Amino acid sequence: MEATIETKLTAKDFVTDQEVRWCPGCGDYSILKQVQTVMPELGLKQEEIVFVSGIGCSSRFPYYMETFGMHSIHGRATAIASGLKASRPDLSVWIVTGDGDSLSIGGNHFIHLLRRNFDVNVLLFNNEIYGLTKGQYSPASPTGKVTKSSPMGSVDHAFNPLALALGADSTFIARSMDRDPVHLRGILKRAHAHKGTSLVEIYQNCNIFNDGVFEVFTEKATKKLNTLFVEQGKPLVFGENADKGIKLDGFKPVVVNIADVSANDLWIHDETDRVKASILVRFFDSPKTENALPRPFGIFYQEDRFCYEDSMNAQIEDAIKAKGKGDLDALIRGKNTWTI
Amino acid sequence: MKSTTEVKNAVVILFAGDSGDGIQLTGSQFTTTTALYGNDVSTFPNYPAEIRAPQGTIAGVSGFQLHFGSEKIYTAGDASDVLVVMNAAALKANLKQLKPGGIIIANTDGFDAKNLKLAKYPDGVNPLQDGSLEKFIVHEIDVTKLVRVALADSGLGTKEIDRSKNMFVLGFIYWMYNRKLDNTIEFIKEQFKKRPDLIDTNIKVLKVGYNYGDTIEAPMNRFEVKPAPVEKGTYRSIMGNQATAYGLVAAAQKSGLTLFLGSYPITPATDILHELAKYKNYGVKTFQAEDEIAAITSSIGAAFGGALAVTTSSGPGIALKGEAIGLALMLELPLVIINVQRGGPSTGLPTKTEQADLLQAMYGRNGESPVAIVAAYSPSSCFDMAFEACRLALEFMTPVFLLTDGYIANGSEPWKFPAAADLKDLKVSFAKNELKEGEKYLPYKRNERLSRPWAIPGTKGLEHRIGGIEKENETGNISYDPENHEFMVKLRQAKIDKIADYVPLQTIDQGKEKGKLLVLGWGSTYGSIKTAVKEALAEGYDVSHAHVKYLNPFPKNLGEVLKSFDKVLIPEMNNGQLIKIIRDKYFVDAKGLNKIKGMPFTSAEIKEKIKELI
Repeated sequence: MEATIETKLTAKDFVTDQEVRWCPGCGDYSILKQVQTVMPELGLKQEEIVFVSGIGCSSRFPYYMETFGMHSIHGRATAIASGLKASRPDLSVWIVTGDGDSLSIGGNHFIHLLRRNFDVNVLLFNNEIYGLTKGQYSPASPTGKVTKSSPMGSVDHAFNPLALALGADSTFIARSMDRDPVHLRGILKRAHAHKGTSLVEIYQNCNIFNDGVFEVFTEKATKKLNTLFVEQGKPLVFGENADKGIKLDGFKPVVVNIADVSANDLWIHDETDRVKASILVRFFDSPKTENALPRPFGIFYQEDRFCYEDSMNAQIEDAIKAKGKGDLDALIRGKNTWTI
Repeated sequence: MKSTTEVKNAVVILFAGDSGDGIQLTGSQFTTTTALYGNDVSTFPNYPAEIRAPQGTIAGVSGFQLHFGSEKIYTAGDASDVLVVMNAAALKANLKQLKPGGIIIANTDGFDAKNLKLAKYPDGVNPLQDGSLEKFIVHEIDVTKLVRVALADSGLGTKEIDRSKNMFVLGFIYWMYNRKLDNTIEFIKEQFKKRPDLIDTNIKVLKVGYNYGDTIEAPMNRFEVKPAPVEKGTYRSIMGNQATAYGLVAAAQKSGLTLFLGSYPITPATDILHELAKYKNYGVKTFQAEDEIAAITSSIGAAFGGALAVTTSSGPGIALKGEAIGLALMLELPLVIINVQRGGPSTGLPTKTEQADLLQAMYGRNGESPVAIVAAYSPSSCFDMAFEACRLALEFMTPVFLLTDGYIANGSEPWKFPAAADLKDLKVSFAKNELKEGEKYLPYKRNERLSRPWAIPGTKGLEHRIGGIEKENETGNISYDPENHEFMVKLRQAKIDKIADYVPLQTIDQGKEKGKLLVLGWGSTYGSIKTAVKEALAEGYDVSHAHVKYLNPFPKNLGEVLKSFDKVLIPEMNNGQLIKIIRDKYFVDAKGLNKIKGMPFTSAEIKEKIKELI
């Protein structure tokens, strides 16, 4: 037998010949880089990967990935991916979407994808703004946001994307950011490893229309005080010198000085605890408010649940077992015929 | 008194009653039995949009019309010979459809004071008693009472006993037309497998109805309708939506692809979803999506993955799918879009029929967005045209519309079904990696049909990206170049036009190839036009009938066909849609005959117009 040499894929293999056309300084560049870096580590063949996107800045993503890809229409990537995965469970399907694409025009498909739990990955680039249409408030923009379409401030109440996902019974909920490549790569790998719909919200800076909106979470000077990186089995700790922690007072999370409490009093992160996840996704205070809880990053929640495509195929197999493989003549003929 | 038997060539029966009276079931049982006997038959169920409209009211009347005969039958019939009414509202709603001298079979219990009031007859007026039905033959039967007596010892409650009234009526009609009960008895056994007590009671009532005819002491005629001299072969009864579903399964098997249906429930298309959901052992994947948009976009995803992808809907749902149809034609992926048309606009008349979505299929999208369109013209033709829609989608990598409508979708007829082996082979070959070292894959490189290759994910070396943004030909790369855009718009049009080389030429269905008047139809008007032209020809009129099955592109010779006649008449169940396209494309001064009442044409309406024009 002839020996085949499997050349190991590198990040470069996932770069296309297309010129990347995001604005210079856009957070998307980093996300693209991390995705391309992680891909060779996932043990996938290049040809079995598909990136599907909708419309928006982030949705140009598939054109830059040397895999199969589809740049579709606004809000529908989730539905397209559902059909693709239903017909081709063998593929590794990645959805790239933005806060407008997935939470506004595609809101319906988004929640239904999550409840059905197709084994796909959703990368939700959240920049809290419509970038491609040049700066209108999105469903993720906070109330009062002044934009071209809200000169006196938006009167919309913003979505909390991860709380929405949990409400839709998502089986994998995570948050990361464009400015933390190591963390993002780690989350991407876990998203891939999860069997079911993996939702990864990625805070992404739009340096043209919403510059610095996540700055307090991403920049060195403020990051430690305002972010909380959660890890399985570890206490919820943050602060300049990891000196603060979260304690649950009943169902109410309270910020404590670690020095003041015993280590056992701190909230220990458990990805499989749905009740705690429902509290954690609500760590959503504006960092500007007094006594704001830090914004969590990491994997909030993970559960194993049957995937839609598996159940769909199981029914087909059961039907074949019970009735035998369908015979076209028998179908067309039916039960009642007469001959003349 | 002894009954006499009269021979009839064709009979139209209209069963009408409350939507809870089991009218549809009664009608479809009689249809199957009479088809099994060898009559040609055509049916038209006509029911309210509400599942349980207020009992006893006109709005709640459900009807099932069937036309059967010892001759070839093309429509469900213009006016009825027999009207079976379960209540006063059913009589009021359908009396004008009954021929003079026709037979009324009335369930007298449905004509009590309460029912008469619900049917809005004036106080004290009972049509069964005031002589207003003098020109008809009325048989009054207290069905409710007879059924209750028959099942007095059954142990069933009154409510359940009353539910088998329809079996009495069916049994009685079987007696009238001298049909065997076997088929319905088998049906009852199957239907009530889980309620054996209901098997016996229903069979009993069916027989009581039959015997009532034998024993009644009143002059009552029986009728004989001999088998029709139809083409030799093996037949079955088929409904349009069922035929559509079978056509899709057949195309999937003949192409070796997995059938994927993305659909959202909508009247009158839902039965295709119901039907296909049953065929999991044929490998069929049905996906009940969260909305119409997800229904089509999930299909597009499945098509990208290499499935035979289909989405089914009706007018309002198709409107929602518009943007995604545009995407499919930009991506150049095979996709079958089925519109079972109903009365519009907006919610319109959900359970009534219309042909008013032709222009929507033709033009209802942003930008220059041509797609192929085919139309079924009878219940059984839904099979052929669904199969054809799949063939064109696969051969040309394009979305294809199949238009049917509520009339043929729910109507039924005998079908001399094909053998699987005789169906066309639709084998598709996905693109293979035949690239030389350093060569780039070109996802939009075209063959002689201007069709691009179908390179599905999983094919090593053919990784590529497609999208809805304007693209460069061959590479598929995004391009905003003005020259390129114009080129691509023309190219996408040329590709659809090219289909004309691969579809059959237009034929004349009846009449001469040249002459005074051509009646040009499309879709479900086929039967009415066929009957009207047949009668007009028999009366010596110079008239011909052509029926268009391929609406975009038209068959190459359609222009010549049209120009072979002095006049062209286009009957449509809309305000004039095909006529617009025909006038635009061929400069033919066609005349329209338009009916927009949610009801099919009667052949008399078309014949009248034929006579007027000649």
